[in-house]
Amino acid sequence: MSAYTSLTDADRSAMLAAIGVDSIDDLFEVVPEALRLDRALNLPGGLSEQDVEAHLRAMASRNTSADDEICFLGAGMYDHYVPALIDSILARSEFLTPYTPYQPEVSQGGLQLMFEYQTAISELTGLPVSNASLYEGPSALASAGYLAKLANGRSRLVISRAVHPHARETLVTVARGYGMEVTEVPLREGLTDLDVLAEAVDVDTAAVFVQQPNFLGAIEDIAAAAELARAEGALSVCACDPMTLGVLRPPGAAGFDIATGEGQALGNRLDFGGPSFGFFAATEEHLRRMPGRIAGETTDADGRRGWVLTLQTREQHIRRERATHNICTAQVLNALAGVIYLSWLGRRGIVEVGELMARRSDYARRALSELDGVSTLHDQPVVREFAVRLDAPVGAVIEHCAERGVNVGYPLGTDYPEYGDGLLVAITERRSRADIDRLVEVVGHAVSELSRPAQAGVAR
Amino acid sequence: MTLPADTPQQRERATTIFEKSVPGRRAFVPPGLDVPEIPMSDLIPDRARRASPPGLPEIAEPEIVRHYNRMSRRNFDLDAGFYPLGSCTMKHNPKLHERLAGLPGNARLHPAQRPAAAQGALKLMWHLQEALGEIVGLRAVSLQPSAGSHGELAGVLLARAYHEDRGDARRTRVLTPDTAHGTNPATVSMAGYEVVKVGTSGDGGVDIEDLRSKADDTIACLMLTNPNTLGLFDRNIEEITRIARDCGAVAYYDGANLNAIMGISRPGDMGFDVVHFNLHKSFTQPHGGGGPGAGPIAVSERVAPYLPVPTVVRREGGDPQFDLDFDRPKSIGRLRGFHGNYGVFVRSYAYICSLGAEGLREASEIAVLNANYLLARLKEVAGDALPVAFDRICGHEFVLSGAPMKRDLGIRTLDLAKRLLDHGYHPPTVYFPLLVEEALLIEPTETETRETLDAFAEAVGAILAEAAEDPAIALHAPYTTPVRRLDEATAARRPVVRQPPT
Repeated sequence: MSAYTSLTDADRSAMLAAIGVDSIDDLFEVVPEALRLDRALNLPGGLSEQDVEAHLRAMASRNTSADDEICFLGAGMYDHYVPALIDSILARSEFLTPYTPYQPEVSQGGLQLMFEYQTAISELTGLPVSNASLYEGPSALASAGYLAKLANGRSRLVISRAVHPHARETLVTVARGYGMEVTEVPLREGLTDLDVLAEAVDVDTAAVFVQQPNFLGAIEDIAAAAELARAEGALSVCACDPMTLGVLRPPGAAGFDIATGEGQALGNRLDFGGPSFGFFAATEEHLRRMPGRIAGETTDADGRRGWVLTLQTREQHIRRERATHNICTAQVLNALAGVIYLSWLGRRGIVEVGELMARRSDYARRALSELDGVSTLHDQPVVREFAVRLDAPVGAVIEHCAERGVNVGYPLGTDYPEYGDGLLVAITERRSRADIDRLVEVVGHAVSELSRPAQAGVAR
Repeated sequence: MTLPADTPQQRERATTIFEKSVPGRRAFVPPGLDVPEIPMSDLIPDRARRASPPGLPEIAEPEIVRHYNRMSRRNFDLDAGFYPLGSCTMKHNPKLHERLAGLPGNARLHPAQRPAAAQGALKLMWHLQEALGEIVGLRAVSLQPSAGSHGELAGVLLARAYHEDRGDARRTRVLTPDTAHGTNPATVSMAGYEVVKVGTSGDGGVDIEDLRSKADDTIACLMLTNPNTLGLFDRNIEEITRIARDCGAVAYYDGANLNAIMGISRPGDMGFDVVHFNLHKSFTQPHGGGGPGAGPIAVSERVAPYLPVPTVVRREGGDPQFDLDFDRPKSIGRLRGFHGNYGVFVRSYAYICSLGAEGLREASEIAVLNANYLLARLKEVAGDALPVAFDRICGHEFVLSGAPMKRDLGIRTLDLAKRLLDHGYHPPTVYFPLLVEEALLIEPTETETRETLDAFAEAVGAILAEAAEDPAIALHAPYTTPVRRLDEATAARRPVVRQPPT
């Protein structure tokens, strides 16, 4: 008997008798003989709790976490400070262990948190309606492509090459399913080339996708992109970094139909990439085409205020093949971390963090680009992430600095062969001036050590 | 009938955190500015700057904590009581798992960390892939999909890639039984295919003749759950997958009901090409009020070349030993950012380590024993009003029909569910599967005691007896919950989906 089950031998016999069978095997008689596994699964035997703990603790200790080094990695997920009250509230079984609020009378906590989350996302993005979360950033962006198909039936999606590579790849994967072409618009001087974008958008364009700040950290003229889409009757979609929305003009104000993005930075852990959440907000017009759960306010039989899952006729369990998306389980617990975080940060804090990151990014970018062998990859304004070029193999520089306790950033050549010498550096409120000074020191040392001509070249 | 007085919780009007906001309050104290205070207008051009701050709450820590604490008490949860929500496998979530997922080496690991500096995480993922592959009898595994529905989308896109690679573009249709989860047909549409429904036979399985008549060279895929959503293992399963394969289709197994067969029978051996797992169901990731989950897929050799990138590989003698493999030219591509819901993998891997081969089999055996026992007890106390839809030995769940109850006692399945709330239970899934009138889908899971199952059956019996005396009680239930029945029609007609801006 495992620690998670309770049936004694006496229970089993009594229960089998009540069912009217002799043995547990009789319960599986319907399984054809040839399909019964006639051996034990080829897995190790079960372990005690303390042995499992020791085993997984040993594995975790082989990872170099953001606690073990000074981390300037970003590229979509960021090492922000997660306040302790989030750990405390998320550990409450009342939030941790229920499922989707199918019975609203006993799920008001979960429904209200969805409603508050939707409000916070609406405020951040400047768009009136939000769903209650999708899986994560790139798949949320790809969902906007499906919404565009449902909305205008056009055949082509146009996406900037400055959008996160994982999001672009995900869009291509799912668009092949629902039968849409994806056209990529190149970069110029660190920004989406708006002239090429203007050429690419036409009456067959279902939607236009840009990202703010873009993957290279640059602040785009997103309003111009939204206008180009609108002029041809296409939807406009902005992937955005929620931590910059205290200082940057929100997609709603810039004329976008849809704002989407990765929610990890909002109170969620790094978790090696998940679980986090994807957010999705839109204009009122698209409310009945939105993917995912939406909580709505109502009253109970006695007139009390309450919330329910609403507009469920969009969803797979009601509408089946005509649903606006197939999603069922989303990321509600992660969205809860998001809304608690935004409440903790508050109206002023979201601006203060944005300003602090912008000033530290500016400081770091200047200091790094003053080094011999380091230059900016673009000179566009940035908020929290920027790209530099190194006169030394990027992979070797990263290794060299890691040995000195600094993770200096993300090698751009992984996704952009044209920037094989590029390094993407992310700043958060956790990276102090002292951390940045250390970054500059180790990068300077690494580049001077490794930049001998014989070793120059494109690194992955 | 006299209504009980309002509870204190019911007397309290719910207020949102936005309504508790008072200008000037705060919880966050920013770190000091340690770099030059360059004017923001020098850093960000005015046209790109936000005109006024977003309307987020202004509130101090003590009130944030009280607010969410109070809200949490307005939820029913699995640690509070029995939660037999059919098809969702609400089994106990071991507390150890939260501790392990929270270790800094897991929780504070950046997904873009170099593989050489993330060997523990990649090793865990590789071992989880191996274990999942063994459990379903299909060796090639991708952990990437984020939930069951995402795994389904991956699976149907794999089928599409498989057919296209063979130059077979005629296949545009997918067979799904009429008992299927709603995610199956929704997935088919998202993958650009058309749904073809297959009927259910008298014993609750797939109607073989109907299947045979529809299985032709336009079929890309067959999607099936086994045990199906009626909780019944299809005795013809080998013939079903043979028909699918003979017509050239890919056979997809929806793993939502895997909790009935772990260590007992394997979808790969049944003839399926693709299986998705719901790690939040069978492998006990806490459901989080609607996620996170994870929906890995395991596939047969003929479909393996198309798996999403990256996959986790072990390189014999390689450095690093565990690595991410992007070099998969036939891959359908990515389905999401980075590598998947790693925090969920930690919990599921810990669960597999705790139970081992024997324990997993025992979990399924007891899940099925508990379901059949509860069915037997419910037949005793409620057999006339709530007959079982298909009277056979069931798998890990079973379906009752409330049609006679509605006819004879004047209460519907919905009313029974609402009255169960007053008895301290989360009700079963209601009105699904669609082909059973007034359906109740009940899944007790293996982590419940016999006493709990007895008490639940008695509560159902008591509600039926009460309804025979006075159906109005159930018709107006619940009474003791934080709110009573909610007006869903108005919510949908005039949607209020955010706090109005102030």
